Amino acid sequence: MKGLAWDRVVSIVLITPSVIAVAVFVYGFIGWTGWVSLSKWDGLRPNYDLAGWVNFDRLLNNSRFQIDVRNTIVFTLLFLAACLIIGLLLAILLDQKIRGENLFRSLFLFPMAVSFIVTGVVWRWLMVPSSGLNTLFAAAGLDFLKSAWYTSPTVLHIQPESGLAQVLARVGLGGLASPNFGLPLALISIVIAAAWQMSGFVMAMFLAGIRGIPEELRDAARVDGASEVQVYRHVVLPLLKPVTLSAAIVLGHISLKIFDLVASLSKQGPGFATDVPAFFMFQTTFQGDHFAQGSAIAVFMLLSVSLLVIPYLVYNIRREIEV
Amino acid sequence: MTLRASRLALYGVLLAFAAFYLLPIYMLLITGLKSYAEVNLATMWQLPSALSFDSFRQAFEKLGPNFINSIQLTVPATLISAMLGSMNGYILSKWRFKGSEVLFPLLLFGMFIPYQSILIPLVQTLQQMRLYGSISGLILVHVVYGIPITTLIFRNYYATVPSELVEAAKIDGASLLGIYRWILFPISLPAFAVVLIWQFTSIWNEFLFAVVVTQNPATQPVTVALYNLAGSYIVEWNVQMAGALLAALPTLLVYVLLGRFFVRGLLAGALKG
Repeated sequence: MKGLAWDRVVSIVLITPSVIAVAVFVYGFIGWTGWVSLSKWDGLRPNYDLAGWVNFDRLLNNSRFQIDVRNTIVFTLLFLAACLIIGLLLAILLDQKIRGENLFRSLFLFPMAVSFIVTGVVWRWLMVPSSGLNTLFAAAGLDFLKSAWYTSPTVLHIQPESGLAQVLARVGLGGLASPNFGLPLALISIVIAAAWQMSGFVMAMFLAGIRGIPEELRDAARVDGASEVQVYRHVVLPLLKPVTLSAAIVLGHISLKIFDLVASLSKQGPGFATDVPAFFMFQTTFQGDHFAQGSAIAVFMLLSVSLLVIPYLVYNIRREIEV
Repeated sequence: MTLRASRLALYGVLLAFAAFYLLPIYMLLITGLKSYAEVNLATMWQLPSALSFDSFRQAFEKLGPNFINSIQLTVPATLISAMLGSMNGYILSKWRFKGSEVLFPLLLFGMFIPYQSILIPLVQTLQQMRLYGSISGLILVHVVYGIPITTLIFRNYYATVPSELVEAAKIDGASLLGIYRWILFPISLPAFAVVLIWQFTSIWNEFLFAVVVTQNPATQPVTVALYNLAGSYIVEWNVQMAGALLAALPTLLVYVLLGRFFVRGLLAGALKG
């Protein structure tokens, strides 16, 4: 019995360094950043005098930040849609008793092993407007696909004079007819590169999910006369909902934090068309030395990620305790 | 559509996707193997007329020291965080204590946070510790922020080991460390493989910490050096592509050789999927 009590002490001693490290480096530092975001620290010398909500006020009224919020929302939607659709499609295709399945799977997944910086550097070259993919498209007779890529300043949005805008105005949504709610074309370049890197991961998740479904379930549906398409629609897809949720959370938190890819592919882009909060924070803080302002951006990023991740963590832990 | 035709279409689609995923590698290779004189926007898709390793030589001259820095950073950081994760996972799965089920999600949250929200205090603290700008500082950072994911993977792995085994050893008088040493550690190889590969890949590829913590080019890891190389307009595309391939090579090699462990790490990172 004495040995067990001693082991209890040993177990606490062994885990304490990690607990302290995370307590300080995660929670302590978050609190510290929160303090800086409310402070007057502007310039290289730290100044922790309280300034109140000024930095947040200024941020919310900052047009670059407003553009960043729009970009984050547009990017997240497109990136999620691209990865989930491609990932599901590839998983279903690979589920058809494919010869060379392992090879295909490895090919679709290898970009995950590459750094976002490498991805950015390569795709910047592939999407050079004067050549690259554009040359390829021209050669294939697909001229309509040619694009200015990450150099495009165009923001697609509902034109204020259009019929749709008038309809929207009538229901009090006239504000939607503005570039603030538009789609910056340059952002599509980032979506393509990011989907190239991450869609294989979603495929792996879906494939693991599909393989986890007992074959008897599918056979039962087939015996009942369901076609292969119907088997996927009514048996497989509904059972993939938890996997889809996990994938969406993982992709979502990556897209809210995206930094490396933007920094190496296009930076802020023309008229901040590819700017994101993480890049704005980096420039504000470490190139502009506006530490309090940078912290305010960081706090916004943390809040947005927390809104997505905390419910998911709570849900997972609850489920685990129930089991 | 006949069965045969639909099978053909199936392989056609898969091959088209394979081409899409390989496109950047093709471009890296053909551009990297061209000489400067041959790199031309009009002919960028054409194969090099003669193989030239000149770009790789130049890229290696520029990135070689940073490549070494990356090794000096990645190897110790990976080993330390695997050991730490193994110990934490063991205790959190087999020696649960009051509050350990609250502690675990609090640890996990640390792997989701945007690191922007801790960067300013981190820089201040590293400066105080005289570790700012050094590879040792970066090792510390990766070890600390690697705790959540490594603990998660080991804890989930050890959770599959029957607790009766541990209980029986306890009755036989084995100590906490004895049980780890003689029962858990010898069967941990698969979990170690997953964690080592995962940490190696993510630390090698990491950019944000590296660019903020190491300002001096002499201590920068290869991702930062590649970023700077690509950012300077005087550097030719062929050298950039050769550099990018160089920076990607170690993790690609690990992926080719040990891919299945890599996939398991990925799926573990997505929690329970």
